[in-house]
Amino acid sequence: MDLGNFASLSHSFPTLFLAFSVVAVFLLDLVIEKKEWLGDIALLVVAIAILGVVRLLSSETGALFHRSVVLDEFGLYFQLLVLLSAFATIWMSLGSREIRRLNQGEYWAILLASTLGMAFMATSNNLLMGYLSLEFVSLTSYVLAGYSLHNRRATEASLKYLIYGGVASGAMIYGMSWIYGLAGSLEFHAIQQALLTNGEAALPLYVALVLTLAGLGFKISAFPFHMWAPDVYQGAPIPVAAFLAVGSKTAAFALMIRFFFTAMAAPAGGGAYEMVGGVDWRTLLLVVSALTMTYGNLAALNQTGSVKRLLAYSGIAHAGYALMGFVVLTDDGLRAMIFYLTVYYLMNIGAFLVVMMVANSTGREDLASFRGLAWRGGAVPAVAMAIFLFSLTGLPPFAGFIGKFYLFAAVVKQELYLLALIGVANSVVSLFYYARIVRVMFLDQPEGGEGVVEVDWHNGVLLGLLTIGTVVLGIFWGPLFDFADRSTRLFIG
Amino acid sequence: MLDIGLHHFLTVSVLVFIAGLFTVLTRRNAIGVLMGVELILNSANINYIAFSRFGGSGYDGQIFTIFAIMLAAAEAAIGLAIVLGIYRKFETIDVEATDTLRG
Repeated sequence: MDLGNFASLSHSFPTLFLAFSVVAVFLLDLVIEKKEWLGDIALLVVAIAILGVVRLLSSETGALFHRSVVLDEFGLYFQLLVLLSAFATIWMSLGSREIRRLNQGEYWAILLASTLGMAFMATSNNLLMGYLSLEFVSLTSYVLAGYSLHNRRATEASLKYLIYGGVASGAMIYGMSWIYGLAGSLEFHAIQQALLTNGEAALPLYVALVLTLAGLGFKISAFPFHMWAPDVYQGAPIPVAAFLAVGSKTAAFALMIRFFFTAMAAPAGGGAYEMVGGVDWRTLLLVVSALTMTYGNLAALNQTGSVKRLLAYSGIAHAGYALMGFVVLTDDGLRAMIFYLTVYYLMNIGAFLVVMMVANSTGREDLASFRGLAWRGGAVPAVAMAIFLFSLTGLPPFAGFIGKFYLFAAVVKQELYLLALIGVANSVVSLFYYARIVRVMFLDQPEGGEGVVEVDWHNGVLLGLLTIGTVVLGIFWGPLFDFADRSTRLFIG
Repeated sequence: MLDIGLHHFLTVSVLVFIAGLFTVLTRRNAIGVLMGVELILNSANINYIAFSRFGGSGYDGQIFTIFAIMLAAAEAAIGLAIVLGIYRKFETIDVEATDTLRG
């Protein structure tokens, strides 16, 4: 179905509600004295938006607002994932000592605005909407990354993010302008049709795609556009780093999948896709995937300082793993990728949450502050952290194993054995640095100066939920997998 | 009289794009870098308008340009605020002097 403006409004409750709430929270900031209440309001807003998305799941798929936004299972699934990331981030922020010290007024509104941008990234159907939503997320993220104004590192992180982000999105808009020129349209489906009918001009299209990939690759922190990630994660407040690592990465994957699968490829029957326009972007992304995971893991091996920086490199590696599901160009791969990103959400937010709990008590976030964590009051977070890290490695019986299993299965099915081999080798390498944190937490004895780590109920509830999710999805993943399977359907046309 | 066509616009836009990229890579002053980013954005704007005018594909490109100009303004506002914050903390806006996060 192709709905007009008024009919579209009735099918976009979650995004509309978020948009109004952003403005409302900015205004409420002027009258409410206790700024924590704004955080509670933001939490409620996201919860209502989640319910709104769930309600839309049963509606018919189609295009909204002159075909600039689509309503399909794929987009709704990613909106759910993004909103859940926002929910966890707001929950974390409410329990973060670092955030409590800041002037929180606009923090909540900007966080909600960023969520709104991500929700649009998941459903954009043309280049303009994709660019606008991506840039909206970028601009809000720059502010969030540098939100602690009194902190030198945060300000520096924000500047680096701004410069790398500005250049990457500049390159992307320039690449998009060539795609527009070659295809004569901004809309994904029309681009695909134009490339199907006149397949020449492969070289300009190739250059345009590489430039466009710069912007998208920047957001998912793929090699060679990853340079910002370690610095920004290290400098940004911990909840913000978690949000960038999960929310903005997931949203960028959604936009990237939709762009490449509906504009640059066409369904070839049997759940497979084939590239259009005579450009072999699949090989390009295959190389990017292999390099991204290898670089991320090798760089993480050297990280013995900041745990946030280590998680940034691990996030780069995981972007590489997820890209494996991309390059196989089948529904199997897409399904594995969607499932993996969901699992990644649970275990990565969980890992950041433990870092935050340690930082709350000790004021530090380096590896040394984890020394003997299990023996100084932090047994629960230490066990949870071990579960998250082993799940990130891909060890059974945790959810990360199932996620990686499906990714590798999809890759092997397409006979990309070398890529699968690189992926497995990388998983082995990653065990070294993940296990190092586990060893520091359990086998090293505290030296006395680290301080006691307390677990308050607020952070404990979220930690419990994420841990249960990571464990349960490792044993009983059927329902979620079926949901991911239904969500591979992209609305085309 | 020289007949100006699509190719001329595309050439100009490539030159502006390269100038922008060169500025970003060589400037050490943060505001200089931001100006390079603006050049890159404007090179894309030239492309959109040229393709829209000569490609006969309606006004999509021009609409894109209007949005891009607005976004460039928003980015400049946030960028300058961040640079101001950098100046307060580091007392310089040299991007190499502010490179302290290492690991």
